[in-house]
Amino acid sequence: MFVNCLIEQARKDDRVFLITPDMGFSVLEKFRDEFPDRFLNVGIAEQNAVGVAAGLALSGKVVYVYSIIPFITMRCFEQVRMDVAYMRTNVRLVGVGAGFSYGPAGASHHAIEDIAIMRALPNMTVCCPGDPVETRELVRRSFYHEGPMYFRLAKNGEPRIHGEETRIEIGQAVWLREGTDVAVVATSNMLESGKVLTDKWVGQRKSVSFVSMPTIKPLDHGAIDILIQNGTPIVTLEEHNIIGGLGSAVAEVIAESGKGIRFTRVAIPDEFCHVVGSQSFLRKKFKLDDIQYHEVAN
Amino acid sequence: MARDHVANIRQSIIRMTHRSRSSHVGSCLSACDILYVLYFKILNIDPQDHKKPDRDKFILSKAHASAALYATLAERGFFPGEYLDRFYVDDGLLPGHLDMDAVPGVEVSAGSLGHGLSLGVGMALANRQTGNTGRIFVLLGDGECNEGSVWEAIMLASTLRLRNLTAIVDMNKLQGFGRTNAVIDQSNMADRWRSFGWEVQAVDGHNIDDLDRALRGSPKRPRVIIADTIKGKGVCFMEDRLEWHYKSPDDEQCRQALDELERKH
Repeated sequence: MFVNCLIEQARKDDRVFLITPDMGFSVLEKFRDEFPDRFLNVGIAEQNAVGVAAGLALSGKVVYVYSIIPFITMRCFEQVRMDVAYMRTNVRLVGVGAGFSYGPAGASHHAIEDIAIMRALPNMTVCCPGDPVETRELVRRSFYHEGPMYFRLAKNGEPRIHGEETRIEIGQAVWLREGTDVAVVATSNMLESGKVLTDKWVGQRKSVSFVSMPTIKPLDHGAIDILIQNGTPIVTLEEHNIIGGLGSAVAEVIAESGKGIRFTRVAIPDEFCHVVGSQSFLRKKFKLDDIQYHEVAN
Repeated sequence: MARDHVANIRQSIIRMTHRSRSSHVGSCLSACDILYVLYFKILNIDPQDHKKPDRDKFILSKAHASAALYATLAERGFFPGEYLDRFYVDDGLLPGHLDMDAVPGVEVSAGSLGHGLSLGVGMALANRQTGNTGRIFVLLGDGECNEGSVWEAIMLASTLRLRNLTAIVDMNKLQGFGRTNAVIDQSNMADRWRSFGWEVQAVDGHNIDDLDRALRGSPKRPRVIIADTIKGKGVCFMEDRLEWHYKSPDDEQCRQALDELERKH
């Protein structure tokens, strides 16, 4: 979805530029072949990839840099800080492999800290789309957004959760259900799990809110405020370290509201994964999709 | 005239680092002649129209020498000289490392080593693609060349044959905590760049005419000028002394330094 949106825009917008530090086999070829002058494989050199992207952006381009999340966020973090965030360049860091997407590949390829570190950067917008519609919408908004952005993508093939016609702005939560017994707020590749979970509870005659949070920064405070005002217990759902991600962002809003509500963060515990297994195996291992209604709801 | 401008730049640096008690005066003084030649003889720039689209762009990658760039920009008329009084002080205007929002003429924000050449590669590539005739110049320190990211950029620039990109290495042979070649042996600096596919020219980094000549011409590939310089150049008690990476001149040293630079006019 990401690369198709990019191609669609690049046909009419010559600012669009794509850089990869040697990633993107079977994904980026279409863009490379159609726009050879606006595609650059800089080699396995992430720091340079981000620096070159910033140089292009300072010259008027809108530059997408594509790689696996740890490499496009952490290997080059200071380039991201200085050359992208500090200078407010129109660079879009596009990381694939949210959470345990690369499960059996091991902890080097797991992306569990990226939301925390990216949202701590001034000027950085943090987008975590959870289905193809959210990806399409936020990538389309990115063409005309001023300033740096980080995209946390999962892997190809997430099921569509939203209707095709759904329109989503940067910084906007999307309400999929409204109810009062409990609210599930999900982001990124946990959107589908949230859907399965809330559907199940609805089947059990519970009154459930289900909110997708495809932008973590700026966070849609209004959506959280509604839940707080209604006294609805909140469960956040993310495939990210329990420190610093969606759960932390929502907790900040709740804490400053001065109201006490029941609140549960479902996330990866603060540890590296030394277990080998697929994404679904690791989710079970870390109890990301084992949420008991009576433990989180009123 | 050249001597006047360069001496003015050096004197400004002494006053700035003295007033603010800031570091890096030695790193600034080694780069003054290079900056003078760029801003007064080489760069296609207009202080009255500092964003003109076809301008040449200069990136100070060794941004701890920011005082030298600010002094040069003021001398060249990008902003009033009084701005230099607000370097590195409370309620200041000019931070110790570069903020592109601070004053006209600062092309990029910088301050961590090993970033500037990558930015330059991106700018040079954008200009080539859009038919913009503006050239890109990047000044690096020799110590800065310890950074691996510099070599990432060097490799890509020659692969892309970016002939509108010129790097200059301010080879003052001292870095943060020692002699450059003792920390990391870079005695074959010119050969290293050449072997990575760059045109290389070694010059006396304090000889105005040599620098001027080296920075002209139209290279066929990315080009690097290895500028042999002296840290602290122009102030006898600062020359080639590591401590002047950190110290700032006290009242007496400031007076001495200004006198010496005045006599050399």
